[in-house]
Amino acid sequence: MGDALPELVIPLTRTLIVSTAIASRDYQDVHHDPVLAVERGSKDIFMNILSTNGLVGRYVTDWSGPSGVLSDVNIRLGAPNYPDDVMTLTGSVTAKDERPGEDGMGAVELEVRGTNGLGEHVTGTVRLRLRSRTAGSGTAGSGTAGSGTAGGAEGGVAR
Amino acid sequence: MVDATAVRGPDDDRSDEFERRLQAFVGSASGPPLAAPDPVNQPMIRHWVEAMGDENPVYVDDQAAREAGFPGVIAPPTMLQAWIMRGLRASLDVEAARGSGERSDGSPMDRLMALLDEAGYTSVVATNCDQHYVRPLVPGDLLVVRSVVDAVSPEKSTALGAGRFVTSRLEYVDQSGGPVASMRFRILKFRPRRATEPDRGRRGPSAIRPCRPRPALTDDNRFFFEGAKEHKLLIQRCTDCGLLRHPARPACSRCRSFVWDTVEASGRGTVYSYVVNHHPQVPGFDYPLVVALVELEEGTRLVANVTGIAPGEVEIGMPVTCSFEDFDDELSLPVFRPVRAGSSPVHETVTRGCDQRSS
Repeated sequence: MGDALPELVIPLTRTLIVSTAIASRDYQDVHHDPVLAVERGSKDIFMNILSTNGLVGRYVTDWSGPSGVLSDVNIRLGAPNYPDDVMTLTGSVTAKDERPGEDGMGAVELEVRGTNGLGEHVTGTVRLRLRSRTAGSGTAGSGTAGSGTAGGAEGGVAR
Repeated sequence: MVDATAVRGPDDDRSDEFERRLQAFVGSASGPPLAAPDPVNQPMIRHWVEAMGDENPVYVDDQAAREAGFPGVIAPPTMLQAWIMRGLRASLDVEAARGSGERSDGSPMDRLMALLDEAGYTSVVATNCDQHYVRPLVPGDLLVVRSVVDAVSPEKSTALGAGRFVTSRLEYVDQSGGPVASMRFRILKFRPRRATEPDRGRRGPSAIRPCRPRPALTDDNRFFFEGAKEHKLLIQRCTDCGLLRHPARPACSRCRSFVWDTVEASGRGTVYSYVVNHHPQVPGFDYPLVVALVELEEGTRLVANVTGIAPGEVEIGMPVTCSFEDFDDELSLPVFRPVRAGSSPVHETVTRGCDQRSS
């Protein structure tokens, strides 16, 4: 309980905001056209909720490793993710049940938070199934899944 | 952004009728069941994981997926909505219809959106998404989703503008009708604030940032915040014995008199003490946040932010001068800036920033 996930810093490039919107088949202009976004009352294009959801999911499975199975992702959005900002994801384990279920896996509940320069972009609760042995943070949090891939992934997104 | 308070429309009859039309949608299907245009497939998964920077191999490598305990490659669970999204052509059609002023005769959800558009709630932003996954999706799965309008909120005032929250419930099934996922999705349809609005245009990014918390106003302290709106720094004064006091309270601590008036401060003072707040961070404030106890030259002390200086350079005893920051239509507060030795004469700063009567 209370185990913290390693922090993940995501540079909010225009490329990230546009490519994730399109990958989710969301073509609403506020996610790719700065002029129309301003006309609609925004200061710039901003990340769509599907992408925030995707990044929260990625953050949790980066930590759990490939065998983690997401069962619930509940998020609430606050301050928008605009280009040229940075979002920092943090998280902690709020509950775990290591008794194996029918699938032989235990359950973990996490609280996830993403903050940007304007404040809190996302707060969320994520539940996932894990092999019982790895339900604690020890094995799951080993750097291979967490910091290692995270750093490389961002490089790929930014450039 | 979703902090909100209910407000009542000006024309009650018309707004009751509008409310009735809105609430008629609640509980009914958002439209016919929607079938995914394509089965779950590897190319779309690859676009997604590359855009997200997600390096989990179970989404692209069959062998790795089996080693992790899956039957083969799975789709990222959070990609759920992407399989059903109607794509570019539908977005263009919606825009074209709106541009030509056509009334939408589409699904009930389209009509609900059109009704909200007509009422001026022309912008939309998603605020909540709760997804539950019954099983991982695998290539070949062909999804169908049924959606129901769950709730339409009363008008709320939000940092983005006045708007209404619309909540939908969606149930996803596969090609054999078996449930694979469910979702509760909430959007805010709102009246955009224009960039040309005088209180917003000047402040740029803050137009969308969460509001500063409101002070709890009482008959005793109201004068202070009303004064701040007029960019006057007011101090409460006992009318009987002349003692100045802050924070505001009903009686004089020296002579017990309940009679008081106010005097306007010069705006000059010194930092009596301060903290630099890094955590916890509350939306609406910039961090690191310098919170100082400023001793005014009149003798009273007040808590205020210090700006115009790096947090590490603030010092106890440092001379500061008052200016005002307008956070939004309803809230202005005194802030203090360092007095730069030799550069800007104190009285000039005060005249410009604090005392607009140039007394």
